[in-house]
Amino acid sequence: MRINCPLCGARDLREFSYLGDARLADRPAADASAQDWQDYVYLRDNPAGPHAELWQHAQGCRAWLRVRRNTVTHEILSVERTR
Amino acid sequence: MGYSGFKVFLEGLRGNTGWKPVWRDPAPKAHYDVIIIGGGGHGLTTAYYLAKNHGITNVAVLERGYLGGGNVGRNTTIVRANYLLPGNSEFYSHSLKLWEGMEQELNYNTMMSQRGILNLAHSDGQMDAFARRGNQMRLQGDDAVLLDAQGVRDHASFLNFDSQRFPIRGGLLHGRGGTARHDAVAWGYARGADQFGVDLIQNCEVTGFKIEAGVVKGVETTRGSISAGKVGMAVAGRTSQVAAMAGLRLPVESHALQAFVSEGLKPVVPGVVTFGMGHFYVSQSDKGGLVFGGDLDFYNSYAARGNMPAMEHVMEAGMAMMPMLGNAKLLRGWGGIMDMSMDGSPIIDRTPVQNLYLNGGWCYGGFKATPASGWCYAHLLATDQPHPVASRFTLNRFETGQLLDEEGTGPRPNRH
Repeated sequence: MRINCPLCGARDLREFSYLGDARLADRPAADASAQDWQDYVYLRDNPAGPHAELWQHAQGCRAWLRVRRNTVTHEILSVERTR
Repeated sequence: MGYSGFKVFLEGLRGNTGWKPVWRDPAPKAHYDVIIIGGGGHGLTTAYYLAKNHGITNVAVLERGYLGGGNVGRNTTIVRANYLLPGNSEFYSHSLKLWEGMEQELNYNTMMSQRGILNLAHSDGQMDAFARRGNQMRLQGDDAVLLDAQGVRDHASFLNFDSQRFPIRGGLLHGRGGTARHDAVAWGYARGADQFGVDLIQNCEVTGFKIEAGVVKGVETTRGSISAGKVGMAVAGRTSQVAAMAGLRLPVESHALQAFVSEGLKPVVPGVVTFGMGHFYVSQSDKGGLVFGGDLDFYNSYAARGNMPAMEHVMEAGMAMMPMLGNAKLLRGWGGIMDMSMDGSPIIDRTPVQNLYLNGGWCYGGFKATPASGWCYAHLLATDQPHPVASRFTLNRFETGQLLDEEGTGPRPNRH
């Protein structure tokens, strides 16, 4: 698996570290309800197919990336910087 | 049909022409008291114990592919009861006792081999942690012996005792741990359940739930609609997908875990040995192959195969622990889909949909739990009450904060 980093180009999987579902970038407000926080911290869609997720190019430019990837085939569909 | 040494001998003389299929291949009926979704280890044990312990025999096990074709056929066959936390400790202790009586119970050779599990320690901190864990295991009534470096050398002299980076300080030996023949476990319970009259229905994928006013009434399948009093899910890596059909969103991510086996070798590894400075564990199958594995691939995956970096890491950790591994040829590797829960512990509980039950989140520890999982899930399905040894495997513990985070790594499924 190679991820096409927008800053560094296509790089090997070994250079990246994985955080999880891209929704982790959308933290609820500090005063959000307990239910919202439970959803954010613990619940996942966990789809079989396209999945938006957060990777960091930890052994490269250290940019955080929002990657769309097919969890069944491991095909990378798109890569963009988180901000 | 019972099995015996005499029968094996007799069939040998007859050219093995007298063996019959050991379970029926029934068509689904219109209604069952209980439907179990998933014909893997946990689904089959659940059906067996529903019939055996609770007298509920109007039961169907629905399997999308073939019986035992999922994770029960794709694991590293390790059986142990070396957990620390109350909640896990008593459950796996119960499971190990069921493993010890399984062959007599089922009249089926599951090749249960209790040759011990040795966890290596490489630092003073790890030795202290193992002393604590060992004490907890003994308090639970299971066995544990804390070995010093010489004790480890006596047990497994082939390990890398010269390593400067990962010196072996000692280890925790769990003598009743070991391995079992994974497929035979599925087949043995399938045969047992079938003998009680449970319908094992293969090539039957569940495509939806019939839910009326918050109560599940049955399932839609590729072989027609089936109504049921209660429905239990036991689908491992597919837990999120099946639950989503009932409108549930779960604290589960699916990840790929790889395992590997070498060419057949003469007996060399006593029981199971695990590395303490990287995720690596090895045992030797009865056929002689070294069976080993390590970490997850770390990212969500439904591909029943892994990638090279995880494979590379397993080999490196293996070489660091037992350098002679480098002389063996790798024969094959495979991947399974793990239903990784958010605290690394399983869920056996009711769901917000009435009469729909969940058994999942086994992470990569589902095999050793197989008999107790079925035992406790059957208890829940039959009585609507959690079994005492599985009472902390609740679905709402993520809401209430009663987490069972054995590894202490927080809500990061790929770190458990």
